[in-house]
Amino acid sequence: MAMIEIENLSKTFQLHTQGSARIDVMRDLSLRVEAGECVALTGRSGAGKSTLMRMIYGNYLAAGGSLRIAGTDVVTASPHDILRLRRETMGYVSQFLRVIPRVPTIDVVAEPLLALGTPTAAARDRAAYLLTRLNLPERLWRLSPTTFSGGEQQRVNIARGFAHEYPVLLLDEPTASLDPVNRAVVLDLISAARHRGAAIVGIFHDAEARAQVCTREVDLTAFVPGRAV
Amino acid sequence: MTPLLSVKTLRKTYGAHVGCTDVSFDLFPGEVMGIVGESGSGKTTLLNCLAGHLTPDRGQVIFDTRADGPRDVLAMSEPERRMLGRTDWAFVHQHARDGLRMNVSAGGNVGERLMAVGARHYGAIRAQAADWLGRVEIDAGRIDDRPTTFSGGMQQRLQIARNLVTQPRLVFMDEPTGGLDVSVQARLLDLLRGLVRDLGLSAIVVTHDLAVVRLLAHRLMVMKDGRVVETGLTDQVLDDPQHPYTQLLVSSVLQV
Repeated sequence: MAMIEIENLSKTFQLHTQGSARIDVMRDLSLRVEAGECVALTGRSGAGKSTLMRMIYGNYLAAGGSLRIAGTDVVTASPHDILRLRRETMGYVSQFLRVIPRVPTIDVVAEPLLALGTPTAAARDRAAYLLTRLNLPERLWRLSPTTFSGGEQQRVNIARGFAHEYPVLLLDEPTASLDPVNRAVVLDLISAARHRGAAIVGIFHDAEARAQVCTREVDLTAFVPGRAV
Repeated sequence: MTPLLSVKTLRKTYGAHVGCTDVSFDLFPGEVMGIVGESGSGKTTLLNCLAGHLTPDRGQVIFDTRADGPRDVLAMSEPERRMLGRTDWAFVHQHARDGLRMNVSAGGNVGERLMAVGARHYGAIRAQAADWLGRVEIDAGRIDDRPTTFSGGMQQRLQIARNLVTQPRLVFMDEPTGGLDVSVQARLLDLLRGLVRDLGLSAIVVTHDLAVVRLLAHRLMVMKDGRVVETGLTDQVLDDPQHPYTQLLVSSVLQV
C-alpha cells in the first residue's frame, strides 16, 4: 500500500522582506512510497531534499499538487488533521533537537507516546529501552538534553523519533554525527522499522548507510525548475 | 469532532478605532492556539472578547458546554456566563496579582475557586489545594503564606493552580510568561505543556514571544491592525511564513 503518494508537487518561496523575490524551488514532483520501502532522497545541495521532507511533514506549504499520507492530503488538510497525522502516523527525526530547556531526556523521548495516551510508566520503559540501545548513559537521562554534545542530542532525537512505531518515518541525516557503534544501532533501528512495514523517506549523505538500509534512491535534481538537469 | 470553541466573524470597535474584526476560527479539545502580533494588533482585545470581559459589536463565540452542547456565549445571561467563567473556563493574567487575591493565603486562593462551585468540606478543600500547589511545584509548607511573600514565578504558578483546580476545559492566557526570568519561563512552559497533555485542556495564549508559542502552541494566528493576517500550524507559520507581516515578524527575532 502506498503510504506516501505525491503528485505534481511544487514549491515557491516569496520573500516579501527582500524585494519580493520569488524563488521556485520545485516543480511537478511525483513520488510514491509503499509500506516497507526506504527511499533515499539524493541530489546536490539545493535540490530540495530538506524542502520535500518538510513539505511531507506539513512544515512547509506547497504551491500546488497533492501529497497524501495514509490517504490524507497534507496540502489541503486542516491543521487539526495534520496534528493528528503527526501524532499517530508520521514521525520526523530532524537534525536539530528543539525542546523546553529543563525537561529531562527520558521525558523528551517518552513524550510522543504520552501524547498518544500511553501510560507514563510504559512510555518511560520504552524510552529507557531506546536510550540504552543508543548507548546514552543512564546518568544523563534525568538531565535536559540542551547541554548535551551534538552526537548525544542526535541520539535523543532518534530515540524520540522511534519511540512510537509510526507507519511513516522521515529521517534527515540520522547518522550524521554518530560514532561507528551508534551508527550501526541507528541503521538497525531503521531496518527494523522498514521490516515492520514503515514507509521511510530519508536524506543520507553517508553512502554506505544508504546502501545498507535504502531500497531505492530518488534524485530530486530533475524537479528543480529552470535549471539544466 | 465538535470544536470546543467556534468563533465566527467577531468584531470589536472602540469608537472609530477597530479593536479586532473578521476573526473566525475553531479550537478543538486538547489544542493550544497561540495569538501573536505587536502591541496594538488587537490580540488582547480579541482574548477579552472571547473570555467575556468585553462585549463584541458583532459575531458569535460558540462554546461546547458540558450540559447543553454548543451554545453562543454572547447570547447567554450574565449569571450563566459567570458560572462558565468559574467552572469550564479559566483566565491566566499576565500579572499574577490581577488573577490572585493578594491578602488571602495561597491555599485560600486555590480553595476559593472550589468554594465558588459549591465545595464546602474544609478538609477536602484544603487537601485539594495542597495537591494543586504540589502540581505547580509550590512547597506544601507555603500553603498558609500570602502570595505577597512569593516570587513572581511562584505567583504565576499559584495563579495557574487557582485557575485549574476546578478542572476547566478552556484556559485563556494573556502573556503567561511575560515579565518572568527565562529560567522560570522554561519551568512554567513545561508545567503548562504537561497540564495540557494530561488534562486534555484547550488553551488560547496571547503573547508576543515567538519562542513561547513554538514550544506551547499547536496552532498560531498572526494579527495585525485588528485582523488575522495568517493562520496555520505553529511551526509552519514560523518556518514558512506567507504574509509579508509574518515574514517581517519572524525575521526580526534576534538569534541567540
